[in-house]
Amino acid sequence: MSRPQFLVVAAAALLTLAACSGKPSAVSPVGAADASPAAIAATRGDFGPPQGEPIHAVLTSPPHVPPPVNRNYPAKVIVELEVVEKEMPISEGVSYTFWTFGGTVPGSFIRVRQGDTVEFHLKNAPDSKMPHNIDLHGVTGPGGGAASSFTAPGHESRFTFKALNQGIYVYHCATAPVGMHIANGMYGLILVEPPEGLSKVDHEYYVMQGDFYTTGKYRQKGLQPFDMEKAIDEHPTYVLFNGKEGALTGDNALTAKTNQTVRLFVGNGGPNLVSSFHVIGEIFDKVQPEGGTVAQHNVQTTLIPSGGAAIVEFHTDVPGSYVLVDHSIFRAFNKGALGILKVDGAEDKTIYSGKEVDSVYLGDRSEPNLQAVTTAAKAHAAGTLTKAEQIAAGKQLFTGTCSVCHQANGEGLPNVFPPLAKSDFLAADPKRAMTIVTHGLTGKITVNGHEYDSVMPPMAQLTDDEVANILTYVLNSWGNPGGQISKEEVAKARAEAAPAAVPEH
Amino acid sequence: MRVRLALALLGLMLALPAGAADYAALPGGRFASVLPADGKVAPAQVAPFRLRTEPVTNAEFLAFVKAHPQWRRDRVAAILADRRYLSHWADAETLGGEALPRQPVTRISWFAAQAYCESEGARLPSWYEWEYAAAADASRRDARSDPAWRENLLAWYSRPSNAPLPDIGGAPNAYGVRDITRPVWEWVDDFNALLVASDSRDQNDPDVLKFCGAGAISLQEKENYAVLMRIAMLSALKAADTTNNMGFRCAKPQ
Repeated sequence: MSRPQFLVVAAAALLTLAACSGKPSAVSPVGAADASPAAIAATRGDFGPPQGEPIHAVLTSPPHVPPPVNRNYPAKVIVELEVVEKEMPISEGVSYTFWTFGGTVPGSFIRVRQGDTVEFHLKNAPDSKMPHNIDLHGVTGPGGGAASSFTAPGHESRFTFKALNQGIYVYHCATAPVGMHIANGMYGLILVEPPEGLSKVDHEYYVMQGDFYTTGKYRQKGLQPFDMEKAIDEHPTYVLFNGKEGALTGDNALTAKTNQTVRLFVGNGGPNLVSSFHVIGEIFDKVQPEGGTVAQHNVQTTLIPSGGAAIVEFHTDVPGSYVLVDHSIFRAFNKGALGILKVDGAEDKTIYSGKEVDSVYLGDRSEPNLQAVTTAAKAHAAGTLTKAEQIAAGKQLFTGTCSVCHQANGEGLPNVFPPLAKSDFLAADPKRAMTIVTHGLTGKITVNGHEYDSVMPPMAQLTDDEVANILTYVLNSWGNPGGQISKEEVAKARAEAAPAAVPEH
Repeated sequence: MRVRLALALLGLMLALPAGAADYAALPGGRFASVLPADGKVAPAQVAPFRLRTEPVTNAEFLAFVKAHPQWRRDRVAAILADRRYLSHWADAETLGGEALPRQPVTRISWFAAQAYCESEGARLPSWYEWEYAAAADASRRDARSDPAWRENLLAWYSRPSNAPLPDIGGAPNAYGVRDITRPVWEWVDDFNALLVASDSRDQNDPDVLKFCGAGAISLQEKENYAVLMRIAMLSALKAADTTNNMGFRCAKPQ
């Protein structure tokens, strides 16, 4: 029953799997003018041994971010993070057994300064079922700490690292099966501030996307177990910000006022999906893509890799609800990847007016050249209007107003819009058509043997002679009986008409 | 004289667990473990053995502690069990409301489990023996290719352990063994030989990529996931450790 050693090592690599690619053992700044060891050390964020009293890091639950470090020397920072396995709602009426760093998904936000020496305590709650560990992407060292933090239930591990690189980094559990630990919510962010700190803003928030795999369907009620099959197929049931549908909407929405700056630390825990992070109605003034130091400006949507993060900043100009989405948009509206930033304050109509006009847009059905209408109007004024001129004008008006529903060929749409072509309803009483146009028609009618039950709104915007021309065109087209309607007849019908045309029963 | 002999006999009887535990005979043979015997594909060889049909219960362990007071929680050597050892019992010789007689005993160190098994004339099963016995479902001796078998394991993992443990007495598997994959983890004899390198991976090892590659290949066997999590759990522990969900059962040679 004894096994060769290398098997055991292989299994170890598998079970405490962190990133297989090691970090480069030495970093030399390319093209640095001053390549002295001290300069290199400073570039890499080693500012010497920790000074002063050890500091206990303030950890916050999402969407909150700890206050800025505000320190001008490297310190020893003690981080105490507890792993808790607990059942929590993932959607309304749906619960899931999350594995968490600090009791929340994503885990507690950690904030340190570049050059700090971080003494990390990972505690695994006594009633946990599983052993856990932590791989911090902000750690330079094997496994990002994973190999040194493998912790059984009811135990605590400690390891220490120097935060050499500034930036926003994902941390996650790297115990086998890594994907399942991450899918159960074991990820969070650690911010390593540059020595000078970050620029001052009005609000900082912590948002992290993750994909979730349950055996039940989206929003299927009850306690839903993890579905390994769906996870391997990368078919998530939920894609969420901050671990719960509704974590950032309604009463939980992020808030700001107008004329403020907002900084979002946006991470993506995965385990599988890459996020196309977008805030509907905002343009990111500044993005540090992938948490790097080179900023990108004027960005609409920024890609956040699984196991990556970005710092996003923008200025609020006008009030309203701004919607945070993964712009792989079915995830937003069908899997839950939605959040709201509610901005209160005074309107600024010079930047955004709100709705000024709501009018019907007819597209290219609207003939730009209404020459025939003009001709007819002139002829009418001169008392020389002919039936042919009326038909020509009516045809153009019909195209603009009526054909949207009744179609250019007068056939209508089956079961929805009745036909005007060869219409027995029209032929039975051509005069009735005038009040239908001016006052609309609601309810059941029978046309050519088919029953229609819909609403035609009153076309009150049409003038008397426009109605006359349109109806004359209709009566003389598509096999209808012919005839002519005058402007005066329309005026009379409009004045006399009952409140609504009476449908046939 | 007679009285003293009778007392001695009585003492001997008390020293034995109340009612002899049931053991099922398992035939053994070649077995495709998630940990291949040669690190690649070679099956494990499992000799015929007998396995306790049920995990050891609180009542059984209480009888053992009374007979072997050095295993009372207030007397046990610190190097043999951590501070959580039997901490859910009302006191050193009373179970109380949080440790019912028929529940599997937990918060047991490997040393304590081993000592208990010795008192029964047995030992802890090896990993291969445990894995072999747990591969069965109600009707088949190796049900591991059935997704339902895997789901059953994973479903237990995805339930939080904030509720009291159920009593033992679940449905028997094809060998007549009960409660093996739930409701508790179980110690195995060679728990710390499964993953000796877990917390000291040597990144300078020129073969490290090869090992990661090997891991990736194994991970494609998704049936293995559920079992590998057990190995991860076992390898997280030291022999004196106890956890709220770690119990044990014993094995004997055929």
